[in-house]
Amino acid sequence: MEWRWDFTWDILPRLIEATGNTLLAAGGGYAIAVVLGLVLALAQRTPYRVLTWVVREIVEFIRSTPLLLQIFFVFYVGPQFGIRLSPWASGMIAIGLHYACYLSEVYRGGIESVAKGQWEAATALNMTTMQTYRRIVIPQAIPPAVSGLGNYLVGIFKDTPMLSVIGVTELIHTANTIGSENFRFLEPYTMVGLIFLAISLPTAGLIRAFERYVRRKMGLQ
Amino acid sequence: MDDLKGFPQELTGADRPMVSFRKVGKAYGPLTVLDDLDLDVAEGEMVSIIGPSGSGKTTVLRMLMTLEEINGGCIYIDGQPLTHMPKNGGLVRANQRHLRARRVDIGMCFQHFNLFPHMTALENCMEGPVQVLGMPKTEARARSEELLEMVGMIEKRDQHPSRLSGGQQQRVAIARALAMRPKVMLFDEVTSALDPEVIGEVTNVIRGLASEHKLTMLMVTHQMGFAQDISDRVCFFYGGKIEEQGPASELFGNPQRERTQQFLSAVKEAV
Repeated sequence: MEWRWDFTWDILPRLIEATGNTLLAAGGGYAIAVVLGLVLALAQRTPYRVLTWVVREIVEFIRSTPLLLQIFFVFYVGPQFGIRLSPWASGMIAIGLHYACYLSEVYRGGIESVAKGQWEAATALNMTTMQTYRRIVIPQAIPPAVSGLGNYLVGIFKDTPMLSVIGVTELIHTANTIGSENFRFLEPYTMVGLIFLAISLPTAGLIRAFERYVRRKMGLQ
Repeated sequence: MDDLKGFPQELTGADRPMVSFRKVGKAYGPLTVLDDLDLDVAEGEMVSIIGPSGSGKTTVLRMLMTLEEINGGCIYIDGQPLTHMPKNGGLVRANQRHLRARRVDIGMCFQHFNLFPHMTALENCMEGPVQVLGMPKTEARARSEELLEMVGMIEKRDQHPSRLSGGQQQRVAIARALAMRPKVMLFDEVTSALDPEVIGEVTNVIRGLASEHKLTMLMVTHQMGFAQDISDRVCFFYGGKIEEQGPASELFGNPQRERTQQFLSAVKEAV
């Protein structure tokens, strides 16, 4: 078996289209995770013990079960409760929820790194708890969390192939289809690997640059 | 614990104190920090609190700023109960809304400044007026610039705290607290974290406040000379109680209690 360049060029447009879908799934899932993760982190810090306990248990539960199971659950079990979602929507919700739980831990670390004196200064200015979070604590919690948040962006991107099992036409799904149509798997799978590499590596570098930028922008050196 | 029978719902009369601690107690578990503290501070009075570490002096300020809950008694500010609120003819523990309503009268500066590192000096000063008082930005900016001018920090208005020295940060922190126009200012060891050569720039600002603005001020300090210079009254704390208090000249010049004498001579030797 040898590498066929003509075949490679033929399948490239389909792979590029699938790359778009993969990025869309990763981006959509990540957008959900970034917002929901912060909500989950803050919910664990309220004075309401029951809420704190329930949220913590949910986070633990989701973190302790496989993403694949959660994808199946949303897509196949959801309809039995009347929640009928497209593969795309199911996939993004499952992946977003899953990563929200991981991101909530990253946010929690960032929030806890903010000095107690900052809370006291905010109280001395008579700020409410909400104002203190919004204006004082969260802006300071983000810079130390950026690298953690960024690592999970790469993580979510690499987990998008799991969405192929419910029929989302991302990269792996497309490579499988091409392979079985042509009985050639070498080129599509190799190309998929290279595409993942070509996106993951620069992203990691960009995250580091973004971290430096955020710190400088906020006057934290 | 919350037996507040006989505590007035408010303090009235023209000569009522600006700040009044009435039988205030504070304990961390079995450790009593303050024991039945009674302390009145008149409007415009400058009171310094001195004493060995662990004597409860910082706790006095933190309770007044509502950073620490009290375990007994009641604190009044400008005649109104701070730690409690009137209900059914008695006093009950204050809720958040009541604390927020009363806290507007109090400002505080901390040993470690606690400036917001992600904001410039000017933004630090504008934050309270804009966010808490709902003041228009132009007005808050004018007020903040005026105060930064007063503390000699107007040239550094656009710098972040990480670019400022300790003395400069503390001066910005004073301007930030004053921007809320408090009736009472609390200074908690504001020079303790500073290098010796910059202490003067902070004490001069406080000196100016004491002589020109007639703010009510409470100050915890280890600088006896400074306390002696600017205080109307000095309280010596020992073991969670006021061991001795009086006009600065008397307490420093002719201390009556043995513990005060011991403390003052020990401090003098250290200098």
